[in-house]
Amino acid sequence: MLTAIALGLALLGLLALAALVPTGRWAGHWAGPVVLGGSALVSAGIALLAGGALAFGLPEGVLALPFGPAWGGMRLALDGLSAWFLLLLGLTGMAASLFALGGPARGLVAWPLFLGGMVLAVLAADGFTLILGFELMSLASWVLVALDHREAGNREAARLYLVFAALAGICLVPAFGLLGALDFAAIRAAPPEGWRAIAVLALGLVGAGAKAGLVPLHLWLPLAHPAAPSPVSALMSGAMTKVALYVLARLLLDLCGPLQPGWWGVPLLAAGAASALLGALRANLEEDAKAALACSTIENVGLVTMALGLALLFRAADLGPMAALAAGAALLHAMAHGLFKTLLFLVAGAVQHAAGSRRLDRLGGLIHAMPRTAVAALVGIGAAAALPPLSGFASEWLLLQALLGGWRLGEIGLQVAAAAALALAAMAAALAAAAMLRLFGLAFLGRPRSPRGAGAREANRFELAGMAVPAVLTLLIGLFPGLALALAAPGIRVLVGPAAMPPVVGLAIGAGEGHSAYAPLVVILLLGLALALLWLAVRRRSPATAERGPAWNGGFIDPPPEFVFGDPLSQPSAAGMAQPLRRMLGGTLLAAREAVTMPPPADPRPARLASGFEDRAALALPVPAARLGDAIAGQVERLRGLTLRGSLSLGFATLVGLLALLAWLERR
Amino acid sequence: MLVLGAVLTQALHVTLMLAAAPLVVGVIRWLKARMQGRRGASPLQPFRDLAKLCAKRPLLAENASLVSEAAPYLALAATLVAAALVPGFAHGMAFAPAADLVLVAGLLALARMALALAGMDAGTAFGGLGAAREMSFAVFAEPALLVSALSFAILAGSTNLDQIGAVFRDGALGLRVSLGLAAVAMVAVALAENARIPVDNPATHLELTMVHEAMLLEASGRHLALWELQAALKLTLWLALVAAIFLPFGTAPAGSGPFAWLTGLLAWGAKMGGLCLALAVFEGAIAKMRVFRVPEFLGAALLLALLAAALLFVSTGFA
Repeated sequence: MLTAIALGLALLGLLALAALVPTGRWAGHWAGPVVLGGSALVSAGIALLAGGALAFGLPEGVLALPFGPAWGGMRLALDGLSAWFLLLLGLTGMAASLFALGGPARGLVAWPLFLGGMVLAVLAADGFTLILGFELMSLASWVLVALDHREAGNREAARLYLVFAALAGICLVPAFGLLGALDFAAIRAAPPEGWRAIAVLALGLVGAGAKAGLVPLHLWLPLAHPAAPSPVSALMSGAMTKVALYVLARLLLDLCGPLQPGWWGVPLLAAGAASALLGALRANLEEDAKAALACSTIENVGLVTMALGLALLFRAADLGPMAALAAGAALLHAMAHGLFKTLLFLVAGAVQHAAGSRRLDRLGGLIHAMPRTAVAALVGIGAAAALPPLSGFASEWLLLQALLGGWRLGEIGLQVAAAAALALAAMAAALAAAAMLRLFGLAFLGRPRSPRGAGAREANRFELAGMAVPAVLTLLIGLFPGLALALAAPGIRVLVGPAAMPPVVGLAIGAGEGHSAYAPLVVILLLGLALALLWLAVRRRSPATAERGPAWNGGFIDPPPEFVFGDPLSQPSAAGMAQPLRRMLGGTLLAAREAVTMPPPADPRPARLASGFEDRAALALPVPAARLGDAIAGQVERLRGLTLRGSLSLGFATLVGLLALLAWLERR
Repeated sequence: MLVLGAVLTQALHVTLMLAAAPLVVGVIRWLKARMQGRRGASPLQPFRDLAKLCAKRPLLAENASLVSEAAPYLALAATLVAAALVPGFAHGMAFAPAADLVLVAGLLALARMALALAGMDAGTAFGGLGAAREMSFAVFAEPALLVSALSFAILAGSTNLDQIGAVFRDGALGLRVSLGLAAVAMVAVALAENARIPVDNPATHLELTMVHEAMLLEASGRHLALWELQAALKLTLWLALVAAIFLPFGTAPAGSGPFAWLTGLLAWGAKMGGLCLALAVFEGAIAKMRVFRVPEFLGAALLLALLAAALLFVSTGFA
């Protein structure tokens, strides 16, 4: 099994090599379909293998590759946690590759490398391989973000993305270095203690958090996602942030072992809650569809991190079933979010191709031109808004149940923290619902807001197929969360201990013995029954089909005839839909402002309303960072002024210093 | 026998909720009118309105999509399922194992989303305004509801409404300050969720002050009938929810016979009537607040709910 997945990795590498071949006909016609189609097939195969391994038994042992760094070969292994994330990678990779087949073939070298880097990071059984895969993923995705580098904004987004990727690398390398060994089995045998463990926690949280988009390291997401082509943003949001979460879970919950103190969960819980709230609020204020989706990713990454933090807290308090509940919530939400966010980014891509814009103020009424895309979008926003019976509700139900059990932690500080986190998680869920309504309502409902948008056509069949895969999976996970969690059971055991049982009651999910349960099949049956009865009862009494007429619109007068799409100003705008939340929460959390300029009477100038917001992290982080960078650069500049003698002695001193370090390390 | 009883009570409960919904709205309107010195329409008037509207064909905006046609059915169906889950006159109904408070909140969120989507479908100014405000209120109402649920979960050990009601009915807990605080929080959430005064005015005719009604400006005929029934059912559901958690007295225990059902029915009717009267008195005595004061109102509810939970944390036996 491991060999087969390793072969898949090799195939991805071959595809990247094949994309390099520059000859005319191949490069012009065949490279795109072959590379993207091949990526889709390899992804599907990896998903099948991972799913099969989860269902029928995981392969034992470690696959040592015959190459690697000087101190030992690279090692691959597949345990429950890797297999679960590998399944997600395969599914999202397949959907995004299928979708990419329907558009222009670009970034063909980086695409399979991006996929391969993620697979390598998830499969790694030693620190070196994991970092190698992680950095390959970062670099390849940077290339893909920078594809449209002719626009200045995209160049800046790519640069910022690279800075955060570098930060992630800078933190993760020492985090894995401090573990004391490279091989995972050796680390588990002797987990770090004392200050080293705390340093691993801090570095791991910053390193993985910067890649996953945890507040306050989330700045790159709303910039990089719109800059990248849609299948790339789908993969970045759906899969790459999950790989970062995988690294976080692997590092803190698995490798550092179950003996770490319980307060380790608190920073995760706090960072997760802050991300959930801020991401969901910002998703309501963004006016670019993909930026809003990226902010919603920050929210969902926060929810998963909260669940991981809770799992740590419960595990340390010896509350096995509750820890399994929290870990199940984390894994299920990672899967659910990976799928529905892939779906939503692909929908945004289809909308951009069809209507020529991602700006919500230029879209509208697309449900008439793109009915199938609209149905897929409805599934996606329903899951993102945590509506039953879709997948997002099942996973958030688990998370809320875990938070509702937070009082079992016993210590009053932790109890209050869990209660506050519960309030924030509920608020984030409601904010996400508002953001998703705004997204769908502005893009798909109402009237077109631009001529280009009015001429939109349905997405092509590759794009539709790419959207259908995650849409169907979102429905299936929503209806059978018990089966999904049963598949995740080996992963839950990796996270919280070998005795853990997944929170499953048959096909449904339950919060444990004597607690409440959620059975989506019952809910969908009841909903279907109620719908059918209502339909029959009402239509028997009123069988006539609906009449059509001009919108009443509160008596607003009809627009002049040259306004083909009606009066554009009588439709809600993106800023208008955001106004209540901008006023209610934006002022404190996002430094939002509104300024009305009202000219005095008899002045013919129009009144103006200016509104906007500023992410406080954007104000607080990059400015000092840039100052620090300038200061370091200034110091380094002085090296250029050194004399020949000075340069030589510097080189010699460095050599002696390194040799002394080596000698010291050898002696230890 | 047990199963038969469960199914019978469940069927009776659903029928009762559906039948009570227009009556609750009519009774509240009639009570308010009497308190304002008017005669008021008969409490049965909502039935007549619904019957009339239901027979009419709807008039849709030219650019309305399938969303406008499907949303009323979906919203009412979701509310109906949620109403079927909330315990009424008896415990141990057929759907009791599924009666989770978080699920009820989710189903109500589904109905809210359907309503907001329908509001935005025609692309009119008020529809979008109402939708944005409705979703924003929910941002403050949901956390207050779930943190109140935390208190119930601590006391009853579960978020299952049937279990909560059964534990509270048996009275082993006595009177608790935290439950009182949670009750205030729940009532505030109920007022906001049902677009009642002071959050929204159900009888307003001025579009600018509307929240809930603003989304329905384009609805007509049988669609409007469905929306009105949905709003009435949601109000009934919330009253039943408050009664089930905080006034569980007299409810027929699980597996009891027809005699206990009868007393349960009488008790339920009395509780619902009392709550209608309380709502009418409250609405008559208070003015509607500005839209941007609502976060403070619901934020206070959230703080009360958190306080209730914190009191439970420090009280002995649970800390």
